[in-house]
Amino acid sequence: PVEAYREPSVLGRFNRARAAQLTLPHFVSQTPLFMPVGTQGTIKGLTTSQLEEIGAQIILGNTYHLALRPTSELIDELGGLHKFMNWPRAMLTDSGGFQMVSLLHLADITEKGVTFQSPVDGKPMLLTPEESIQIQNRIGADIIMALDDVVKTTITGPRIEEAMYRTLRWIDRCIEAHTRPHEQNLFGIVQGGLDPVLRDICVKGLVDRNLPGYAIGGLAGGEDKDSFWRVVAQCTASLPENKPRYVMGVGYPLDIVVCSSLGADMYDCVYPTRTARFGTALVPEGVLKLKQRAMADDTRPIDPTCACMVCKNYTRAYIHCLVTKEAMGSQLLSYHNLYYMMQLSRNLHSAIVEGRFPEICKTPKPSERHFIVSLPYETSNRVCF
Amino acid sequence: MKFAVKAATGGRARAGMLHLGPNLMETPALLLSTRKGLPVFISPDLLPCLPRPDSHLLQFSPLHFLDGPCPKTISSIGGLHQMLGLHEYGFVAVARDSVQSLPEFDSTNKFGASFETPCGRRLVKPVEYMEMISSMRPNLWTTLADEVPAWVSDKRNKTSVDRTVKWLDECITMSPAGGAVFGSIVGGSNIEERQRCAQEVAKRNVSGYWIGGFGLAESMNDRPPLLNAVTDNLPEERPRLICGLGLPEEVLQGIAAGVDLFDSAYIYHLTLGGFALIFPLDGMETSDIGSDCTKINLRATMYRKDTTPIVEGCSCYTCQNHTKAYINHLLNVHEMLAQILLEIHNTYHYLGFFRSIRYAIKEGKFEEFQNKFVQSRRSSCILE
Ligand SMILES: [Zn+2]
Ligand SMILES: [Zn+2]
Repeated sequence: PVEAYREPSVLGRFNRARAAQLTLPHFVSQTPLFMPVGTQGTIKGLTTSQLEEIGAQIILGNTYHLALRPTSELIDELGGLHKFMNWPRAMLTDSGGFQMVSLLHLADITEKGVTFQSPVDGKPMLLTPEESIQIQNRIGADIIMALDDVVKTTITGPRIEEAMYRTLRWIDRCIEAHTRPHEQNLFGIVQGGLDPVLRDICVKGLVDRNLPGYAIGGLAGGEDKDSFWRVVAQCTASLPENKPRYVMGVGYPLDIVVCSSLGADMYDCVYPTRTARFGTALVPEGVLKLKQRAMADDTRPIDPTCACMVCKNYTRAYIHCLVTKEAMGSQLLSYHNLYYMMQLSRNLHSAIVEGRFPEICKTPKPSERHFIVSLPYETSNRVCF
Repeated sequence: MKFAVKAATGGRARAGMLHLGPNLMETPALLLSTRKGLPVFISPDLLPCLPRPDSHLLQFSPLHFLDGPCPKTISSIGGLHQMLGLHEYGFVAVARDSVQSLPEFDSTNKFGASFETPCGRRLVKPVEYMEMISSMRPNLWTTLADEVPAWVSDKRNKTSVDRTVKWLDECITMSPAGGAVFGSIVGGSNIEERQRCAQEVAKRNVSGYWIGGFGLAESMNDRPPLLNAVTDNLPEERPRLICGLGLPEEVLQGIAAGVDLFDSAYIYHLTLGGFALIFPLDGMETSDIGSDCTKINLRATMYRKDTTPIVEGCSCYTCQNHTKAYINHLLNVHEMLAQILLEIHNTYHYLGFFRSIRYAIKEGKFEEFQNKFVQSRRSSCILE
């Protein structure tokens, strides 16, 4: 049997930031790392060989979508998602719960699980923690996520507390249901909204279960940045050193830099590929909107400092005439944006290892400051990206 | 550009060598259709997975750039090769692309040719067309034509020949240095007009010929005499390019009439429809259920669990890496990777078809090849 998990070996630290090597059944990854989202068993517009080329290490599949089509039974029958989509490296699947709650307004959470109306025939359906794990066992990703009770961070009151305690009750059902612990790593998800007391109870409860990794959930949902970073800082401070920490749904370059400075390791977001489809490129100074008229005659590459296939060959003027009109426009921009995220991950890793982490947080020229934000807690200097 | 006929069959079909830009390639050959210079779905880093030099002729329509970049910008970037980062490729400019940029004969007038384009209906005058050509610097370009469908009146058809010849002279006068010129030949479904146009164009100083006005509602049976009327009036030693013949049988018709270069809009239509080419390239037998003997539709439920490649033994990127089941899933969930993988396989397969044709011509067996192909398709279709 394949070894499901080896504790990450931390290769370097800078204050709370850490660079580690994470050994998973299908790939040995370097953290911090960004995981591209391949909702339906493909990253929109990219082949798996292109993903390898740009340095993707772990990609994400969405359990809810895959369970609908092609179904987890079919994926299982054909040998798992790795084989089905021919992806040799690591993979992570979510529990499916968040997608239901966010995509289907008729979803309702009870102690049993998440009830929702089937998008196929409209019948009421139930996703229990056991079922979520069973589906993820069939899909076969290296990392699977526990079903949690997700609430918006902007919600307050007893619902937050209820969701946190339910998440803790459900983790035991998930652990119990997990049939492939030697091939797949089950991560627990810390809930508790913006309440430090609840977050603390949840972290302790999950750590007691000694899981292979922990995710910080319920963030990136519209809360203000200071609250967001405060929660991340609190969770990373009390999560065990020897386990990976995954901040779910985080994908803005700046957020990744800040979360990494706080000791987080893994991130995922649809942002880089989604924004590409709307004609937006990620660049060191912020974002570049290729649809703008000003791009029509701009003969510079998207990002002159980027070494990707797109920036080496194409002008903004040419990309401008492709975006939002031709499939190739979103293919090329997705390629660049994901390359950018992978390069950011690599830079973070090597900067931490080489003791240059503060450099990443500096901006080259004041004129290029698009985002300036203040860091919470120990870092008093400003981070610019 | 250089061209030489290397082998001829008893009939009109011929095999040749075309030297265009950095590429020396054998004909009959397929030009890959592009959108703004790049294949519709195959990104430039994946292009090298197609056989070379077979895949190194890219056809584009200058009209794709009507919404930018403007000729001045393209020129300042350094032309199409530089703008697309494809210096190893030969670019061929044809106004019509058989997909999005189609001749609109009703609105064409003495000043210019009208096209339906993604930017709406546009009248393109020879001077504007030549401005685009000059900025893009293709290796080969065709002169502006007034293409008409098969059903127009004799009078309208005659006008189209007159205009096309007049514009040819205007284009040549304005032609930039470098880049081979192919003179456009029209004439609709009228044998005499086809002959007249071919004879007129043959008198001009051009490097080759573009045969227009096909794939515009003429019947397949009417086509051979019309094609022959054109090629019989053209000098042997110059290449002939045609647009609008897509199906394998249509390509064979063109080759039988002595055409050397073809467009590949057919592959685009196949790909969008979820089709994959599967006809055998060596033998001529096929027995795939649920197909029309040349292609299969991967949307069909029967491929849901099919873990074999599209064509067993195909060396294309798609068949080497992915199964029918996966492509079926991608089509079901409307993921773009389906089109990327299909365009790769279909292009690869069609380039293989052209290789087989060249081989048959060189072996002196083209007629046999054509008959077998058409026969086997007919008989296996009856069997079903
Ligand atoms: Zn780039
Ligand atoms: Zn293939």
